[in-house]
Amino acid sequence: MLSTAARWFGRLYALVMNLPERPMRWAQGHLPDGRLGWLFVGPNLAIFGVFTFLPIVIDFYYAGTGGTNLLPTERPWVGTENFSSLLACKDYFDPNSCVRDQFWYAIWNTSKFVVLQVALMLVFSLTTALVLNRKIIGRGFFRAAFFYPVLLSPVVVALIWKWVLQRDGVLNAALVGGGMQPVEWLLGARSAFGWTVFVSIWAHMGFYTLILLAGLQAIPADIYEAASMDAAPPWRVFRRITLPLLMPSVLVVFVLGLIRAVQIFDEVYVLTGGGPGSATTYLVEFIYNTGFSSQVRQYGLAAAASLLLAGVLLVLTLVQLRGMRGTKGDSRG
Amino acid sequence: MSRMNGSLSLEGLVKRFGGTQVVHGVSFDVADGEFVVFVGPSGCGKSTLLRMICGLETVSEGEVRIGGERVNDLPAARRGLALVFQSYALYPHMTVYQNMAFGLENLGMPKAEIAQRVGEAARMLRLDEYLQRKPTALSGGQRQRVAIGRAIVREPRIFLFDEPLSNLDAELRVGMRTELADLHRRLGTTMIYVTHDQVEAMTMADKIVVLRAGRVEQVGPPLELYNHPCNRFVAGFIGSPQMNFLEGRVAAGDGPGLAVEIPGFGVLRTNAAAHGLAPGGAVSIGIRPEHVRAGHEGDNDLTGAVAGVEQLGGLSYVRLADPNITIQIPGQTRLAAGEATPVHFPIDALHVFDADGMTVPAIS
Amino acid sequence: MASLGRLLTATRGRGKLDWTDWASYLYLGLGTLLMLGPVLWLALSSLKSPSGLIEFPPTLLPQEQVRAAVPNYPNPLPLYRITKGDHAGQTLAEVRKIGLQATMVDPAAPETLIRVPIDDRSKIMRLHAAWDNYTDLLKKFDFGRYLWNSVFITTVATIITLLLNSMAAFALSKYKFAGREPVFLMMLATLMIPPTIILVPNYLIAAVLGLTDNPWGVIWPAVATPTGVFLLRQYMLTLPDDLLEAARMDNASEWRIYWRIVLPLSKPALAVLAIFSVMWRWNEFLWPMVVLGRNETFTLPLALNSFQGELTTQWNYLLAMTVVTLVPVTVIFALLQRHITQGIASAGVK
Repeated sequence: MLSTAARWFGRLYALVMNLPERPMRWAQGHLPDGRLGWLFVGPNLAIFGVFTFLPIVIDFYYAGTGGTNLLPTERPWVGTENFSSLLACKDYFDPNSCVRDQFWYAIWNTSKFVVLQVALMLVFSLTTALVLNRKIIGRGFFRAAFFYPVLLSPVVVALIWKWVLQRDGVLNAALVGGGMQPVEWLLGARSAFGWTVFVSIWAHMGFYTLILLAGLQAIPADIYEAASMDAAPPWRVFRRITLPLLMPSVLVVFVLGLIRAVQIFDEVYVLTGGGPGSATTYLVEFIYNTGFSSQVRQYGLAAAASLLLAGVLLVLTLVQLRGMRGTKGDSRG
Repeated sequence: MSRMNGSLSLEGLVKRFGGTQVVHGVSFDVADGEFVVFVGPSGCGKSTLLRMICGLETVSEGEVRIGGERVNDLPAARRGLALVFQSYALYPHMTVYQNMAFGLENLGMPKAEIAQRVGEAARMLRLDEYLQRKPTALSGGQRQRVAIGRAIVREPRIFLFDEPLSNLDAELRVGMRTELADLHRRLGTTMIYVTHDQVEAMTMADKIVVLRAGRVEQVGPPLELYNHPCNRFVAGFIGSPQMNFLEGRVAAGDGPGLAVEIPGFGVLRTNAAAHGLAPGGAVSIGIRPEHVRAGHEGDNDLTGAVAGVEQLGGLSYVRLADPNITIQIPGQTRLAAGEATPVHFPIDALHVFDADGMTVPAIS
Repeated sequence: MASLGRLLTATRGRGKLDWTDWASYLYLGLGTLLMLGPVLWLALSSLKSPSGLIEFPPTLLPQEQVRAAVPNYPNPLPLYRITKGDHAGQTLAEVRKIGLQATMVDPAAPETLIRVPIDDRSKIMRLHAAWDNYTDLLKKFDFGRYLWNSVFITTVATIITLLLNSMAAFALSKYKFAGREPVFLMMLATLMIPPTIILVPNYLIAAVLGLTDNPWGVIWPAVATPTGVFLLRQYMLTLPDDLLEAARMDNASEWRIYWRIVLPLSKPALAVLAIFSVMWRWNEFLWPMVVLGRNETFTLPLALNSFQGELTTQWNYLLAMTVVTLVPVTVIFALLQRHITQGIASAGVK
């Protein structure tokens, strides 16, 4: 049964892959040496160009134009107006004093979110990795359990927690069972914010745990053996051996987590829709709302905000590259 | 089956990688049906030469002719050659049969003919039982035979071997050497074989090409190279253990041959022509360990101190400290380290090299 | 039992579990509960009937009230156990409920009506999985279409991704050509460009190319993944060049070398990329939401999102739909757990 399927798959594969044989052979015979490589890279590169490089260029044009028309030719040039309106504020700490108050709510929310989420995620994923690195029975199962949510669609993640947190949900049932009052978790500004942090950690920490675990397992066992020959106490071993050797992985996790946290959108959008009010409106959601979801589609404003976000990400990426360069080869085989 | 002409000739072949030149104007001819071995220390350019012949490396200058036809611009597959790689380069995801059939499939050969050719080659190489196995399930020697089989089925004009035995253990290597020699006798096809092992070169070749640093040092049949090396490098490279060398000066001799003074050991008479060599000029003397005789014979005699003895049972090697030479003694010896032993250098076994390392010819 | 005890205490090779081991297992146990609990809870809930879903406090397992056919009554009546009063211990069926009093009958003696205060009785429940939550998805909603859209996009995008990425990786790892390094660096650089910041112009390009409201609008922008090229290139670098040269001597064209030699030998890396690609496309949300405007082009996550945003969410269907969305990913993970975790640990990508 399986071998029949494999045979048919093999035939189909050969049939399809044989199609470009003649043109490619012709090209091989007629192209000067070294040009054939371009033929192989070409298709991938073309799609790259159209859907990645070209958009970056267009982004700049959009950011300098106004109006609501999608076609660049129909858009009036407004220069830096989009940027200046985004950045116009009497007091940067008070979004209400800004022209684009939503943008500044988004900025402050995102900042709070990033600091809290990254710090907590680092703590939890490091703890989990350290625990999983011990001689644990059923380590594979536990590792899989912590990793599983990473694979879930963000929409699914949000719905799972929406279901748990809803008014008649299982969490409130537990509260009531304990003699407390049920809470509308997602309707209070503070608790909704807290839950977006929690849910995003829940959904992503398995990934970072895996990286840290790989880093831990890359530390050669004989170093620990040497330490135990020296009769070093466990805490000292952790401080002086594990932590320094794990630092490269921690740095990767930190920066990767930072870059991703800045871009938080999917789970939160489904879980809270940015609410209540704008308590959980983060940057990408602001871009999405401005460019796509409101009646008046302000593409220019959205593009300008995207470029500001890109600037932040660029800085974070450079930090990452700097950090990685210093530690290259330590943690990754 | 009618074979195509498998002669090869190289003319002024040069290879440059970027700015560095690794092959410097190599020229020689290989006749159809010959077994030729390229030998030289690693880095001498022998593999590059081979890859230029088969078309995997472009030719910077000069000409490669196969069967009299210039092939410089012909792609590798169209030169009618087959190469056996040092690593065998068997396709790990294909069975032995598929490995051998792949090249024929690419030529669009009918299935029946492929099956017949592969079957024949498999029989010849005793691979019949393994045709449906993957290379990873084979021993080193079997993989080697598959690699050869893959070459055979294409019925090439010339077989090229790139150090094919270097991945095998010593015992298997000796066996494969005979097998390859047999194969050559049976097929009669030109074979070009690259190795750094002079024993392989001596045992298999019709003709040896000794290479050093991208240049041909000497071309000739094995025994000619052994008996009449044209310079000190070839003399030292061919033969095992290595030829002994003693540095000396041209002495004023009375005989017809050149007399060489070895400082501290006196004067040795040789058969070399003194012509053109000024007295006092630096020369060196070479003698193979197997040609040194034990005991004094009244002439060309030296006495050395034994530094070490290697007993091989059938023969023994005695290392002397002063002069620093190795001598080969048939049978077993009772010599022990520290003893003084007299030796004799037969006059017709002596090679003389001038200051540039070139052989000084014998008196005709 | 004794061997199990020995197994448990062997963790640190010192004969007994110390407190750190207990703490570790406690942490992992609670963590696992937190990670898998909500998913299991969702799956269990998806089998509850609408009335079971609004039950508070909720029951763990899907249940429904037992009903019995009672003579003289056309429909089966719900059964209660009486807990207090004259009829305590009896099982009665409810005829109707008025205020705090219920009118009930004994199914064995249906002629006599019995009045019972509603606080004096409890429902008789039995396990019951409401599979119609799932079967109705196909009947009542366009669920089949969403499923098909998701499957189509995931499959096609993955196949194209594997093909294009492997071709590019082949050239980047096995050929020397002018411009190879810049091309590779450019692709690496785009690893750093998050798709969110090119949302607006990408929408324009999709619109110009007529890809909006079209599954190809999700597929094409996604297939040239830099991650895939990078992953495959690194793997192909480890394939010996001898093999390619042997194939060249064997008269194989470069294209043939690519698909007969290099691709089959890159299977492990291709498998990792295939798994990634399936996950990415199956779960993708923001870009499809932007480019797919019409309801009938929605993928599963989009359908879920629009469904949950409706004023009166029918949770029983929403939950079933969510489960259907997470099942394929779960199955793939269960089967290929080792591949996935190792692939991610080695590539550092998601």
